[in-house]
Amino acid sequence: MIELKGLHKSYITGTNKLHVLKGLDMLIEQGELVSIMGSSGSGKSTLLNVLGILDSYDQGFYKLNNTLMSNLSEKKAAQYRNNMLGFVFQSFNLISFKNAMENVALPLYYQGVSRKKRNSIALEYLEKMGLKDWAEHMPNELSGGQKQRVAIARAMISKPKVILADEPTGALDTKTSLEVMDLFREINKDGITMIIVTHEKDISEKTDRIIHLRDGIIESEFISKN
Amino acid sequence: MFDIDKWQEIFATIKKNKLRTFLTGFSVAWGIFMLIILLGSGRGLENGIQQQFERDASNSIWIYRGQTSMPYKGLKPGRRIRFTNDDFDYSKREIKNIENLSSRLSVFPQRNLSYKNEYGNFDIIGVHPGTKALENVDILEGRFLNEIDVSSNRKVVAISTDVKKALFKDQPFLGEYIKINNIPFKVIGLFEDSSERDNRRVYIPVSTTQKIFTGGREIQNLAFTTGDASMKESLEIEDEIRTNFAQRHNFSKDDQRAIYINNNVEEYQKFQNLFAGIRLFVWIIGIGTIIAGIVGVSNIMLIVVKERTKEIGIRKAIGATPTSIIGLVLLESILITSFAGYVGLVLGVGLLELISPHIQSDFFTNPEADFRIAVSATILLVVSGAVAGFVPARKAAKIKPVEALRDE
Repeated sequence: MIELKGLHKSYITGTNKLHVLKGLDMLIEQGELVSIMGSSGSGKSTLLNVLGILDSYDQGFYKLNNTLMSNLSEKKAAQYRNNMLGFVFQSFNLISFKNAMENVALPLYYQGVSRKKRNSIALEYLEKMGLKDWAEHMPNELSGGQKQRVAIARAMISKPKVILADEPTGALDTKTSLEVMDLFREINKDGITMIIVTHEKDISEKTDRIIHLRDGIIESEFISKN
Repeated sequence: MFDIDKWQEIFATIKKNKLRTFLTGFSVAWGIFMLIILLGSGRGLENGIQQQFERDASNSIWIYRGQTSMPYKGLKPGRRIRFTNDDFDYSKREIKNIENLSSRLSVFPQRNLSYKNEYGNFDIIGVHPGTKALENVDILEGRFLNEIDVSSNRKVVAISTDVKKALFKDQPFLGEYIKINNIPFKVIGLFEDSSERDNRRVYIPVSTTQKIFTGGREIQNLAFTTGDASMKESLEIEDEIRTNFAQRHNFSKDDQRAIYINNNVEEYQKFQNLFAGIRLFVWIIGIGTIIAGIVGVSNIMLIVVKERTKEIGIRKAIGATPTSIIGLVLLESILITSFAGYVGLVLGVGLLELISPHIQSDFFTNPEADFRIAVSATILLVVSGAVAGFVPARKAAKIKPVEALRDE
């Protein structure tokens, strides 16, 4: 599903060149539940951005679902993001002036699904998340765990092949974090590839495979006892 | 562009961001509103003054008698100058390029008009036929006085609409005889003068006036039109008159009080210059208002896009194309500015309509805004709002979602 070969990425800030990813090779099959670990500055967020086609890379190649992701036009990248990927962020990134249902339905808007239809689909997904009664609530009326579940529903509504989660539990307490991880495992059972970036050990231990990143290279990789 | 869903998305955004919408809209509506009021007031002033001139022919010159203020050839100052039929005859013969020469002689102080049992007091003025052009009157029925009326001292009268209303109500009046100070005159025509004061009059031949009411050959003043003479030519005519009248009436040419000459050509030209000045002023202020509006809209659009950077990042991560992002921002801006512009337009025009019947000033009538200019100004604001939104929207749509999402 995801194939990386010799991937390099550097940022240029003023006169400084910051080499973040230094030749990554990675193969993730469909239906895997993988966590990427690393301390801050290890390049894990950058890797996730590259995987999410939110950012470009300099060298090597990245194949998503056997399609080479390079030199994509903005429009093409948007289409891939819309069809193949779902995102879950640490800070939830819900649109503040839209209610839960409208936030969940938004990816379908960009697929051209009619308002009525996408809202009813959004309600289904919210129901799965146990948030049906909160559909009309605005994000600021929801708790952190609820917000994240709304964000997960939004990531799932377009039936993506891969869900990318960037520190999804970073803003949640332990109990809620574990609930969210259980939710991820649930989703993963339906065959959706999950990649979770985290620096929390107990979170990564909930995944099937753990990839350790250090200074832009893969330091170690092992199968979790799950 | 006409995708209903897109508009629903935009309306939803507008509805949820009322303050932002209000601020953008307000600066546009206010700009257009002020522009309309400004244009309307300028036009009102112009209309008012224009109307003052329409009461009389704008190319007329009026000569009034006065009193000498300088000694001349052994004559003491303070001597009254009197005009007679000779002044009329002389002017007609000697002064070139003049038309509609008319003497004028009011019947005073008695001025009683009656028809059967109806009575009224109106100005009774003896004139030559040229007065029709000089006073700029409209003949509604019948005719005005003619040369034969004057030369054969006919007892005929042209009455104004006010007089007709007072004496005849709705009865037929042409050919009827009204009594002027108890002497019957035949009504030959009905006229209307846009000046209220001048519409309370009847005109009779000057010759008849002298014969019946005043006796002698005296007249009160003279007036004529100058065709299409320029201001310079009119001043030359004025000078010629002053020279000749001074010679014949024995006063100094430099004596400004012996006779008064009212040169409407000159006055009109002065006001034309004033109008040009007012128009220029209105334009400068108007353009200033529009620029202020443009700056306001641009400013708000810049802030809006900045404020929405994160939202744009989220939308992009979810799968929004750059085009759809730009469309979202621009259509919202165009929608708000057009609607607000329309509101400003309606309010401005509405206010003008509301106040114009209450302003009864001689120098301010019919304040109307040039609708074409107002609409163009609205379109200009809409376009500049769009341009002001387009540049940052494109920039925001181009930046990587990662960077947009980092923007807290």
